[in-house]
Amino acid sequence: MRKLFVVIVLLLVAHLGLLFVHPAGAGATALGTGLNVGVVFDVGGRGDKSFNDGAYRGAERAAKAFGVHVHFIEPGEGSDREAGLRLLAAEKMDLVIGVGFIFTDDLTETAKEYPHVRFAGVDYSLQTDDRGNIVQPPPNLAALKFREEQGSFLVGALAAMVGHSKKLGFVGGMDIPLIHKFEAGYRAGVKYVCPDCTVIAQYAGVTPDAFRNPGRGKELALSQYQSGVNVIFHASGSTGLGVFEAARQTGKLAIGVDADQFAEAPGHVLTSMIKRVDQVVFDQIDRVRTGTFRGGVYEYGLAEGGIGYVYDANNRAMIPDSVHARLNTLASEITAGKIIVPVSR
Amino acid sequence: MDALRERVADTLLPPVVALLVALVAGDVLILSVGQSPVEVYALLLRGTWGNAYGFGQVLYKTTTLICTGLCVSVGLRAGLFNIGGEGQLAAGGFAAALAGLALPASTPAPLGILVCTAAAVIAGGITGWVPGVLRARFGAHEVITTIMLNFIILALLNWAISSADGGALRVPETLHTRAIRAGALPRFGDLIPAFHGSAANLSLLIALIAAAAAWWYFFRTRAGYDLRAVGLQPDAAEYGGVNVGAVWVRAMTISAALAGLGGINFVLGYKHYYEDGFATGAGFLGIAVALVGRNTPLGVGLASLFFATLSQGGLAINALVPKTMVDVLQGVVILAVAASAPEVRRVLRRRKRIATA
Repeated sequence: MRKLFVVIVLLLVAHLGLLFVHPAGAGATALGTGLNVGVVFDVGGRGDKSFNDGAYRGAERAAKAFGVHVHFIEPGEGSDREAGLRLLAAEKMDLVIGVGFIFTDDLTETAKEYPHVRFAGVDYSLQTDDRGNIVQPPPNLAALKFREEQGSFLVGALAAMVGHSKKLGFVGGMDIPLIHKFEAGYRAGVKYVCPDCTVIAQYAGVTPDAFRNPGRGKELALSQYQSGVNVIFHASGSTGLGVFEAARQTGKLAIGVDADQFAEAPGHVLTSMIKRVDQVVFDQIDRVRTGTFRGGVYEYGLAEGGIGYVYDANNRAMIPDSVHARLNTLASEITAGKIIVPVSR
Repeated sequence: MDALRERVADTLLPPVVALLVALVAGDVLILSVGQSPVEVYALLLRGTWGNAYGFGQVLYKTTTLICTGLCVSVGLRAGLFNIGGEGQLAAGGFAAALAGLALPASTPAPLGILVCTAAAVIAGGITGWVPGVLRARFGAHEVITTIMLNFIILALLNWAISSADGGALRVPETLHTRAIRAGALPRFGDLIPAFHGSAANLSLLIALIAAAAAWWYFFRTRAGYDLRAVGLQPDAAEYGGVNVGAVWVRAMTISAALAGLGGINFVLGYKHYYEDGFATGAGFLGIAVALVGRNTPLGVGLASLFFATLSQGGLAINALVPKTMVDVLQGVVILAVAASAPEVRRVLRRRKRIATA
């Protein structure tokens, strides 16, 4: 018994001793005097090397460039998404950002309740009412959408021009309209430069796990490469890691998605179709800073710099100058509206 | 008098020691990220018990944890380790949403709530009855079957949400069903304005009633006595005339039905639709709740409140301390409780032996 009390007293003393230690710089993230921006990631989102990390980078860049104070929240479960948005809104942030389409309902509701706080939703999905009309987001909410089909068009054209094969491959993650958009753009790009080429498109599955299944990705990619495909574009999250593995094994090429994925298989990544989540987040923070923030739907495509493909020192050797020039022409034709890229199959 | 003091020491000392260990570990973790412990703890308390909204969120999280915690503890009382809480919870939520969608909007509120809640309990019960029967009839171990059923249930529900082409069921470009037409439970915010915005709702009362019923069942009924006897020593119980297989099936069914009941918190009380993934983590946290609550309904309630506070508090201090630190702290609490209960009791026993010698 005495021993037990000694333990309790020791623990108590240790706790009281540590409790009042005040490290230099503690509490530094309390509300600052400048702009305050809050970002809520998806459950388990940080560290995805893609979407959520892109938003993180964009916010950090704004913090450095403009001295903005950024507050991040990582939810632990579904109900924390709304709770995180509310916590930030209640602290009267100048802008609150939710990262991912899953925030759609939470953002709509919170934005209605805090009409004086600005909100932005990355990949916010617009709902339609019973008559099929699009429901506009509340006036203090910016719905940030991407024209993934435009970037997919360009990498499709590139694949067809350097692939040395009439067959091109596509591996999608979950079989849903969002990913069909990638496929549709890719197909259109292939057909535009090579009308008699065919695209083999396969999906890893019908559940969100289809975005986290590298084994399945490798299996699909290997079968496509064996059927004569030389280039595969994947839009499948970490399932794509299997596609890169297959490319390395067969010595063929793959195209990355969302972020620059060159490092996944150096020498076998032709390019990556990038969604500039960082750019879009940075842009919205800048709009708040300059007083030009408006609610409504924003579509970021090639013209706005929200979508693009990688062309740098790593892959310049794989893309001849003539091909690059052709891609630039195609890009400007899309921007000018001369080429309309389809968004569904 | 001495016996009473001993009982108090026996129940109170282990959690005190565990809490102190957790607090010291928390201090070290907070200092390691360069923050001041006293400020972070203060912020945590302000964000949870310090304002009505935060407290409402704590109560909301408590509700689900009471259900999954009871689920695990009913199993453990019968000597079964039901780790399928997550799938059973999801199944209950989905069934509640289906019932709410099927009922006409004109259904009287009490009837709608009753039907939807019953659907959740029945769906949960079925998902527990299956591993119960597999155990009793074929000797298939419930740890294996319940964890495998998790995958089956979650994958099926996911399929129903994301690819079944029933336009009446799902909303395109989302991972949730359409909103229920009947069976919605009032939120606390509708009754007490201070709770406005928080997800806490009347399912907390239903969960508390379930906890009270579980206590009654365990300690005041013959069936509950049989269940505990089987949990302590199945062979002896069988010798005493208990049908062990039947008890196993019953225990698994009740256990999973309680987890299924938890589904109404999200579906009937909060979002009014079933969303894929709402159950994530709650099933497994239920194991920790049952462990820390030492398998008594009262303990489960208190442990739920504690873990809910930690979860909501983690969100409130997220600006200062990364979420992973809160996850580590949660793990430390579970370990400290698991280790301190037998360790403290060992010290207490030794004293007793010395005293009697």
